[in-house]
Amino acid sequence: MHETNFPILSIIIFFPIIGILLIAFTERKDGYLQKWIAFWTTLIDFIISLPLFFAFKNVADFQFVEKVNWIPSLGISYHVGVDGISLLLVLLTTFLCPICIAACWKDIQDKVKEFLIAFLFLEVSMIGVFCALDLFLFYIFWELMLVPMFLLILVWGAPARRVYASVKFFLYTMAGSMMMLVGILVLYFYHGKVTGDYTFDLLKMFQLKLPFRYEFWLFLAFGIAFAIKVPMFPFHTWLPDAHTEAPTIGSVILAGVLLKMGTYGFVRFNLSLFPHATMYFMEFMGILAVIGIIYGAFMCLVQKDLKRLIAYSSVSHLGFVMLGVFALNVQGLTGGMIQMINHGLSTGALFLLVGMIYERRHTRLIAEFGGLAKCLPLYATFFMIVTLSSIGLPGLNGFIGEFLIMLGAFKAKWWLGVLAASGVILAAWYMLWMYQRVMFGKVVHEVNLKLKDLVAREVWILVPLIIFIVWIGVHPNTFLSKMEPSIKNIVSKYEKIKISEGNTKINILKNLKGERS
Amino acid sequence: MILGIQYIKDSVGFLPFLILLASGLIILMGSAVSGFGDKGRYGSGVALIGSVLALLSLYVLYGLKRNVLFNGMLIIDKFSIFLVATLLIATIVVILISRNAIAKEGAEINEYYVLLLFSSAGMILMVQSINLIMVFLALEIFSLAVYVLVGITKQKKISTEASLKYLLLGAFSAAFFLYGLTYIYGATGTLDLQKITNLVAAGEITNRFYLLFGGTLVLFGLAFKIAIVPFHMWTPDVYEGAPTPITAYMAVGVKAAALAVFLRIFGHTLLKISINWHTLFWVLAVITMSVGNICALRQDSVKRMLAYSSIAHAGYIFVAVVAGSNYGYGGILFYLLVYTFMNLGAFGVVIYVENLLGLKDDYDSFKGFGFRKPIIGLCMVIFLCSLMGLPPTGGFIAKFVVFSSAVKAGYIWLVVIAVINSAIAAYYYLRLIITIYTRAEETNTVEDRPIEGSIYNSIGLIISLIGTLILGIIPYGVLQLAMRAVSL
Repeated sequence: MHETNFPILSIIIFFPIIGILLIAFTERKDGYLQKWIAFWTTLIDFIISLPLFFAFKNVADFQFVEKVNWIPSLGISYHVGVDGISLLLVLLTTFLCPICIAACWKDIQDKVKEFLIAFLFLEVSMIGVFCALDLFLFYIFWELMLVPMFLLILVWGAPARRVYASVKFFLYTMAGSMMMLVGILVLYFYHGKVTGDYTFDLLKMFQLKLPFRYEFWLFLAFGIAFAIKVPMFPFHTWLPDAHTEAPTIGSVILAGVLLKMGTYGFVRFNLSLFPHATMYFMEFMGILAVIGIIYGAFMCLVQKDLKRLIAYSSVSHLGFVMLGVFALNVQGLTGGMIQMINHGLSTGALFLLVGMIYERRHTRLIAEFGGLAKCLPLYATFFMIVTLSSIGLPGLNGFIGEFLIMLGAFKAKWWLGVLAASGVILAAWYMLWMYQRVMFGKVVHEVNLKLKDLVAREVWILVPLIIFIVWIGVHPNTFLSKMEPSIKNIVSKYEKIKISEGNTKINILKNLKGERS
Repeated sequence: MILGIQYIKDSVGFLPFLILLASGLIILMGSAVSGFGDKGRYGSGVALIGSVLALLSLYVLYGLKRNVLFNGMLIIDKFSIFLVATLLIATIVVILISRNAIAKEGAEINEYYVLLLFSSAGMILMVQSINLIMVFLALEIFSLAVYVLVGITKQKKISTEASLKYLLLGAFSAAFFLYGLTYIYGATGTLDLQKITNLVAAGEITNRFYLLFGGTLVLFGLAFKIAIVPFHMWTPDVYEGAPTPITAYMAVGVKAAALAVFLRIFGHTLLKISINWHTLFWVLAVITMSVGNICALRQDSVKRMLAYSSIAHAGYIFVAVVAGSNYGYGGILFYLLVYTFMNLGAFGVVIYVENLLGLKDDYDSFKGFGFRKPIIGLCMVIFLCSLMGLPPTGGFIAKFVVFSSAVKAGYIWLVVIAVINSAIAAYYYLRLIITIYTRAEETNTVEDRPIEGSIYNSIGLIISLIGTLILGIIPYGVLQLAMRAVSL
């Protein structure tokens, strides 16, 4: 294992705390000072996290590992590290946070101090989730995220249904994660019983071979927590509500990072810890993912509210990610991983754009717009690029992810690939139709003529996102090469299982034949 | 003569009790002097000093070896020291948060503090006793004081009613307890817990049925004090009627003391005589937490909600009783300490709203509280998160240890039921958090009025807050103490 003395991950995780302390000591009315502090905190955090990318060696091992005993009697340690799977998600988080702060410059005017503190707290827990290599630590960060996000929706959300949305979000997530807690405990004691080493260390857990009965139930216990977070098809109902009622940057963070915690959880825990159960559930999860893709897409077609439409498109896109992950081959997993990043960038950008028009018009209903391209040319251009990236136009990021996922799905189960392909067509339909209704045609409402185009701040928020959207689309290998060894590591496990199970089947057949003859 | 010297020596192991008793007597005598004992100020001061001294005296006790005192009546061991510390912390915080609350309730009398100290002394006696007759004596000492404390606001009908209800049902349960003791004595010929343990271990019980029957009756008596369903009927009414600090005290102190005795009697002794206890406790744990949580969902008064939630927490604690391992018992001690901090904190905030701001204890009074009093509002959120069991608070670690002990013992479905319950419980705690951060329509609900002496309340809240957070972030040392306390 590659060990470093310099605790770079801890610094990245806990750096926002400095911002929290600074903001806590400012005057309540100094809203802009607080925003500047938060902005620089998150930006510096992003800059500190950049060396991770460049110093990262393209191997499957965990890197930048730190390990300190925390509650030694229970085998709990503060153990963090990143591999190819979590590296890009950490960077995505640190990248989106300064953008979010910049985006709330005008949006949040009420109780700025509390808002920023909750937001920075959220950043700590999000980065922590992706770095934690100790199940206990992971669970702590996972739960820590709940309260600030709940408050973001509750206090700064749209007044009409924010209570309903925030409670739904909280209870859904809480119910799921409590099941995960039971799973973690069972895993812990099983590991302790078998090896005599009571530990929450994930790396040691990876060595564990579980009986299938355990794998089956543990897969479900962990799976339900992650499936709710993703959200997968039957557990998705909290998402449109949470997105619609949350403030703009709440939606951006929710779509950009929080949902990835679910898919990341599947890859990190379910796939790595319970391989046999994963094989067993593979088809089932694939079917749920495809239902999510198609159902989400159809829901998009009937939405009147822009934000709700994008929220349902998230359900559809996350369905793609799950399909790729449960294809259980290199192409599918790579596609799923890169699609996580893509979704963070594209959907994040879409929510930002909707937020910008909402600030101007105070409505998000599609019917209230029309012909915006005439009065807001710059806005329309950005919107076009992001829309196309979301659809999966070749040359932009969405294409790479969806293409790889399809490839993987066809290789695993061809009919899942065929069904998922319809999702791509539907995506083009609902996104372009939405774009047409909002941007083209006659200006029906006079108010829209007076709208001002994007200001410099808003352009600077969007430009970095666009850069990465194009970068991944044109030269994805910059990012794919980082995750490749880790993904191959996971997939090799499955190939071994397939071979060994194939062998047993052949052996059984041979035996049967032998008996007959 | 030598026995007398031995008794004086033994008194050192008995120091917290003596200090509390002495401070209580000082207050009583002082208030007889005219002009000295005005409006409970003096009482609260002496009580505070007394209980802090008692807490400090534990330092001396901690150095002592495990030792039986007074001819096998009391014991000084790590178990009792841990619990005495928990009880004394509870007493100190309750004294701090009482000061203004009692003034508002119209019970500004020194006797309030005297009774508080005596009941606390009774509880300490109870966790230290290893003779069942001593247990009963201690139980009665603190119960009598608490009966009076519940009804100390004589002019309030609801308090008097609560006091009477508690007295009648309490007397009933005490009778059960005592009746159980007679059977235990009949079966074993002794009331000394250590001797009973030895007899059970050696398998020399002639009449197992009598011992089981007696044990069940003792369980009923204690279950009443802990508020285990179906012995919980008195809880909501009494908790609502009692002055709020006393409600807090009962939810924390009485529960901790009764559970300690429960562990002493059952943990290493009576549990061994029948395998069926576990099934019984399994059922009790499940119905206790489920009934507590489901009833709490429908409450409009925060005090009543906290009362039902305390029933639910008793259910969570019972999960570790079912596990029946030292690890689980250590978890219970840790849970009790955390519960002391977080629950007293929550009640402290209720007192703040109720007495210092002059509002009622229903949910509506909390509207907009988080905006008017951001810091105390945030404290309440932290206490509620801890009660919910979210990291990084002590409530999470406590729940974690308790649940993990049950998983370790193989009771996975029990833990699944417990976590489903925790998810249900999240709703009513959340409801309060939401109310705290909802803008009030009428602006007069929370007024900024000059508050005299709220500093005591604040200190109480700060102690609770620090305890809740420290036990959540660096629980190692205290957890270790709790684990060591139960390993005999």
